[in-house]
Amino acid sequence: MKEILIRIDGKEVSAPAGSTILEVAKQQGIPIPTLCHLDGLSDIGACRMCIVDVGGKIVTSCTTKIAEGMEVITNSDRLAELRRLNLELIFAERNHVCSMCVSNNHCELQDLACDLGMQHVEVPYAYPRLSLDASHPKFIIDQNRCILCGRCVRVCAEVEGAHVWGIAGRGSEARVITELGIDWGDAEMCTDCGKCVQVCPTGAIVEKGKAAAEMEKHPELVTTLKERREND
Amino acid sequence: MTKVRVATVWFSGCAGCHMSFLDLDELLIDLAERIEIVKSPVVDTKEFPENVDVTLIEGAIANEEHYELVREIRERSKIVIAMGDCAVTGNVPAMRNGISVNELLEGVYGNERTTTGTIPNEVVPTLLARVRPVHEVIHVDYFLHGCPPPAAVIGKALLALLDGKTPELVGRDLKFG
Repeated sequence: MKEILIRIDGKEVSAPAGSTILEVAKQQGIPIPTLCHLDGLSDIGACRMCIVDVGGKIVTSCTTKIAEGMEVITNSDRLAELRRLNLELIFAERNHVCSMCVSNNHCELQDLACDLGMQHVEVPYAYPRLSLDASHPKFIIDQNRCILCGRCVRVCAEVEGAHVWGIAGRGSEARVITELGIDWGDAEMCTDCGKCVQVCPTGAIVEKGKAAAEMEKHPELVTTLKERREND
Repeated sequence: MTKVRVATVWFSGCAGCHMSFLDLDELLIDLAERIEIVKSPVVDTKEFPENVDVTLIEGAIANEEHYELVREIRERSKIVIAMGDCAVTGNVPAMRNGISVNELLEGVYGNERTTTGTIPNEVVPTLLARVRPVHEVIHVDYFLHGCPPPAAVIGKALLALLDGKTPELVGRDLKFG
């Protein structure tokens, strides 16, 4: 495959054509914060956390493919500022009450707030009144904690092949839905596999019967599963 | 040596942050030599004193009394610290924010499940339409995350301030919940 030469944080590197900036950065050991990205699933640039600077333009590194002579900056004051603002907007949009959450201490959103040094949320909280669907016998979807990363949608379609999850509505009215907006418990296409639970980065999709801080997830299972299928 | 004047206040919260403050254990003995607690839920003064060096605020701003007092506190304090998730984010008290105050009071008091069936409207301060984190009402200098913040984080912040330094709150110090 054709190799392409780019400059990333001043360092010249070559990578196969078709690679994304995020993939190249990972190979080089350069950390870029991500949230909606999961190895093994397609990339959609939903969360905007992985933004980088390409010649003064801000792009999502997970969906931008490298091009010959590209100049990439992965970290700067401007990027740090934008990522933190983005993170604040995610926190402000729904009701993330870490202390009461089943995913407390095991949450990718909570971890990111620590990693990016978010001191507080400056943008006003929206406090929307949102629903919780506990109609499925084993799992719950709590819209209060959903960040619309779309991992559930992708894992269900791309790995399980069941296509139960989707996103309805636009902007701040967008919601993850099961089938065409029916209760999860009535969704006949659902195989009860629980992959959506494992990949959900927050406490939005969880197992029933968990108290605060008891829900531990393993998104890497999906990555491993995908790798093994590809190697077979 | 003049002691540093420290106040702690308790708004809409569970007192857990104050419990965590007490969990400083033997460090409290060292602190007692350097600071004077001039106002606190455990100090019997009614008025918030003048010329306070550091005020630690536990809890969110939930009613009109909090709203008035927190502005007075800002005027009388050199440094204000939001202590714990309720003060920093609204946390559990703010879970009522998606519900109107009337609907909330009606749901809690306005039915036969309660002893009187009437909504209390005397003595207790009027609830604000929305519970708000402290920084939405006044300027806050430092934020201590956690429900409650670990004693070590409270101690780290206080010791830095006593040494005239900026508390360095990074990484897991910033964990909510």
